[in-house]
Amino acid sequence: MPAKGWVEIDEALCKGCELCVAYCPVSVLALDTNRLTPQGYHPAALVEDACTGCNVCAVVCPEAAITVYREVIPRRHATTV
Amino acid sequence: MTVSAPSKPRRKLKLVYQKPEALTDKATHYCPGCTHGVAHRLVAEVIDEMGIRERAIGIAPVGCAVLAYDYFELDGVEAAHGRAPAMATGIKRVLPDSVVFTYQGDGDLASIGMAEIMHAAARGERITVIFINNAIYGMTGGQMAPTTLPQQVTTSSPRGRDVVTQGYPIRMAEILATLDGVAYSVRRSMHDPANIRKAKKAIRLAFEAQVRGLGFAMVELLSTCPTNWRMSPIEAMHWVRDHMVPAYPLGDYKVDAALKKLRV
Repeated sequence: MPAKGWVEIDEALCKGCELCVAYCPVSVLALDTNRLTPQGYHPAALVEDACTGCNVCAVVCPEAAITVYREVIPRRHATTV
Repeated sequence: MTVSAPSKPRRKLKLVYQKPEALTDKATHYCPGCTHGVAHRLVAEVIDEMGIRERAIGIAPVGCAVLAYDYFELDGVEAAHGRAPAMATGIKRVLPDSVVFTYQGDGDLASIGMAEIMHAAARGERITVIFINNAIYGMTGGQMAPTTLPQQVTTSSPRGRDVVTQGYPIRMAEILATLDGVAYSVRRSMHDPANIRKAKKAIRLAFEAQVRGLGFAMVELLSTCPTNWRMSPIEAMHWVRDHMVPAYPLGDYKVDAALKKLRV
């Protein structure tokens, strides 16, 4: 199973431009229309579970608003040959 | 849409990406989706990775990026319109150990500042120039720039740029590559994640050129102006891909031999 990712979006910076939403390869981001940022935009938010922590959203984000995390997969015991 | 919060992974998480230290916490004044923010972030990431923040001095232009010194967590000055290369020349000559970069738009660099950029390059000043080309004057309301494409509609070319009376776009990366003082002159684009990554490598090499004393270095970055192009941010990205990249071919126009060997 692939590693799961997690993103945190700084709502003080996000301007709801939707570039992360458009470029996310697994479509797990969307604008949260129930929320407004201090600047008056609907912020992007993680809405699905399938995030892989691939970092594409942070690469396109013009506001550097996205922090990306990825699961650490515990290393399995080496198989003996 | 209704948003149901997904569950945070239970296993231990490692940090993959966070905002670079060379950017301040201040929210930018740029319009939503403007790639100025991407360019700022790439420059900041490169400065962090090279560990040159204490030596770096940024020079802001006149134009949308006039407040760039507020967003970089490093020393910065603001130059008169188009005169950033002249100011960079002075700073670099007085403080030769500093790492000096200018951040200029197309109105600033390719129009009023054409003389300064050409002569700074011809003198081979050891400075780094980040050139943001979005084919329009952003701050003043979307007028035609020297880089505006033929037939492109702007507020001062409402029937499209007519090349018979208004001339042709200027390709700065190619022009500067003809000068002997230039160590690095390339064009990159910021219209999708792959190209943004390539743009970052080019910015890194432009700073390496200065740190290694090779000469003048410039990276031209094709950028968007969603507001003045009257497009959504994603439509603007596609417009760069479909219209700007064919008119402004991406590529390396001059790369010093010492830089070609570098793996960044």
